[in-house]
Amino acid sequence: MASLILMPALSPTMTEGTLARWVKKAGEAVSAGDVIAEIETDKATMEVEAVDEGVIGKTLVAEGTQNIAVNTPIAVLLAEGEDAEAADTVTRSADPAAGASVAIETPADPGIVEAPEAVQAENDRDWGETSEITVRQALRDAMAAELRRDEDVFLIGEEVAQYQGAYKVSQGLLDEFGEKRIIDTPITEHGFTGMAVGAALTGLKPIVEFMTMNFSLQAVDHIINSAAKTLYMSGGQMGCPIVFRGPNGAAARVGAQHSQCFASWFAHIPGLKVVAPWSAADAKGLLRAAIRDPNPVIVLENEILYGQKFPCPVDEDFILPIGRAKIEREGTDVTLVAFSIMVGVALEAAAILAEEGISAEVINLRSIRPLDTETIVRSVKKTNRIVSVEEGWPVAGIGAEICTVAVEQAFDWLDAPPARVCGLDLPMPYAANLEKLALPKPDWVVDAVRKQLRD
Amino acid sequence: MDETPSASGRSNGPALSPETMKRAYRDMLLVRRFEEKAGQLYGMGLIGGFCHLYIGQEAVVVGIGLNMKQGDKSITSYRDHGQMLVAGMTPRGVMAELTGRSGGYSRGKGGSMHMFSREKEFYGGHGIVGAQVALGTGLAFANKYRGTDEVSIVYFGEGASAQGQVYESFNLAALHKLPCIYVIENNRYGMGTSIERASASKDLSRNGEPWGIASRKVDGMDIFAVHEAAQEAVEHCRSGKGPFLLEMETYRYRGHSMSDPAKYRQRSEVEEMRRTRDPIETLKAEMLRSGIEESVFRDIETDVKAIVADAAEFAQTSPEPEHSELWTDILVEA
Repeated sequence: MASLILMPALSPTMTEGTLARWVKKAGEAVSAGDVIAEIETDKATMEVEAVDEGVIGKTLVAEGTQNIAVNTPIAVLLAEGEDAEAADTVTRSADPAAGASVAIETPADPGIVEAPEAVQAENDRDWGETSEITVRQALRDAMAAELRRDEDVFLIGEEVAQYQGAYKVSQGLLDEFGEKRIIDTPITEHGFTGMAVGAALTGLKPIVEFMTMNFSLQAVDHIINSAAKTLYMSGGQMGCPIVFRGPNGAAARVGAQHSQCFASWFAHIPGLKVVAPWSAADAKGLLRAAIRDPNPVIVLENEILYGQKFPCPVDEDFILPIGRAKIEREGTDVTLVAFSIMVGVALEAAAILAEEGISAEVINLRSIRPLDTETIVRSVKKTNRIVSVEEGWPVAGIGAEICTVAVEQAFDWLDAPPARVCGLDLPMPYAANLEKLALPKPDWVVDAVRKQLRD
Repeated sequence: MDETPSASGRSNGPALSPETMKRAYRDMLLVRRFEEKAGQLYGMGLIGGFCHLYIGQEAVVVGIGLNMKQGDKSITSYRDHGQMLVAGMTPRGVMAELTGRSGGYSRGKGGSMHMFSREKEFYGGHGIVGAQVALGTGLAFANKYRGTDEVSIVYFGEGASAQGQVYESFNLAALHKLPCIYVIENNRYGMGTSIERASASKDLSRNGEPWGIASRKVDGMDIFAVHEAAQEAVEHCRSGKGPFLLEMETYRYRGHSMSDPAKYRQRSEVEEMRRTRDPIETLKAEMLRSGIEESVFRDIETDVKAIVADAAEFAQTSPEPEHSELWTDILVEA
């Protein structure tokens, strides 16, 4: 049957073009792949190939015609044995719009489509008896518990097995679980992260240890483009149950390349969850939850906290929900919001403020994405002031997000502009005195609060 | 590439049964006609964005597919339609994804470059050049971890072979003896840059040598050569000897993507390949020589055209995804 050859779209953005030259004329036979015409688009001169075999019955557009809209009939292709009259029939009966049925709809208004409901905050369950352990022990215990619980869980990274962990977080795991499940890698973050993500796409549950989160930059494409997006791109078929963990933020005197916070980097990505434990209980409860979570979860640990002791529930089933903040200290005059090592700084600041008669509420975020905005907003509505405290840089940081939440959701309750306390906006210096100047300390928080109360 | 079949070719005549040849012919033709239709739908504005056609390279994926069994996994770049069809994914579901409709494999949320099938063990469909090589190594890792004899087929172009993670993956696969078949589809051009201008290594099949990875250079336009090499690679991997590298010398007839005017090569080069090396015509000639009747080809052509027409019809009538789909599949609800 005779068919129409339509003006093709030859690039993602082309809407019209110029028919520069007919390479095949009426009466000429063509087979699939033959060039029949040349078309000029806004970007290039492109060749139009026949997609079917036949004879060009007639051309409908003259050479040199400009601004021919995509899908306009430009020629008639006759099947074997058909005569030129068939060309006229098909031209008359053609509805040029029939082939171009893609509706150009405006994207859905994000205000109309409802976002999933925020995680409901509840009071923390009482897990009973606790014992004092270090954050390092808590992390190891969490991994050991989950490795025992699920054969699909394995730990992979540099020095995690024979060396027992660069920071001794995986101490003893090789002995208990063997080299099949505690896997040393060469120094090859891009490669082993991609490999672990691939294994996770099949349903295995890797824990990827980065010796420090700084090295995750070598692998960030797999974290974002391969791990975080595949569930969506596959229409829900293929999730990626994986944990990326390691020490984040400044350690001590290790210079610019080893001292930075990645909370804001990873919190930006839909498809990822991000947690940042402070205490041993946070570390154990959140890491267990991260390993069980069917989604990719980033666990931002902190080297300085590894050796610090906190009370941690001894209950074998202890686990914390991702997405819920914890109020570490209740107060009435100002809300201090912090995560990871800055929770300690905020608590110190609260103690100083208390001596001055100022009652500060300290929120330990625990989870950066999803962010427990409900707990933050409820606190702000009570205290009427908010100061965020983070070690990372100020620009587009977590503090910017928290202050926006306060302004958007509790504006009428605010008695002072929200304030941010952040690490200084510069690469970390090595010199001991300069490094000290670059990182937030309790005094900075106290000053920010005093300013809010004064203004 | 010279005109003579490589040493791995048909020195001893066809190694395939008539039934297998018919299946291979049908599969190659399906990929070809599917891609031609995709090109047509793109021209009509029904497919948007990036669309990379597989036309010319059919023997590679079909020849390897002949050696795959249930449970074997595959993964590739964005030139992925052929791999999906050979993995057993339906032409309807693939075409409807190309048009961004709810009947597509990703319900319209992936597009040409991002399709997956858990059921058919096809792991995408990746838009970042080289990323699938590390991910595919992970598929092989999972096979070994679970103690199966399944293999992972990892396709990538000669362009991707310049990416560092390819060699990180080679090292990991060789260290762990992973059942991973790396298939370099050397179609000579990484977008507009010829292999001569992109690689100091002139023989890509040797790129796994430092890690002791067994390899073959194969005439990727000849399904017999591809089949035979794939058979060796699959046996090697299934028996626990570690990874295998196949360099397939092939050719794409179309541009890198639909919007590529392909000015970096002479039209005569393309025509010469089509005329003398076309994988479908080469197989057909061999089948005719072996006594298969002309009518067989007509029947296959009719059958394939009907499948592709049905897929195209489905891809145009399947509804666009609901607006609510915007917010689904971002996270798995725990």
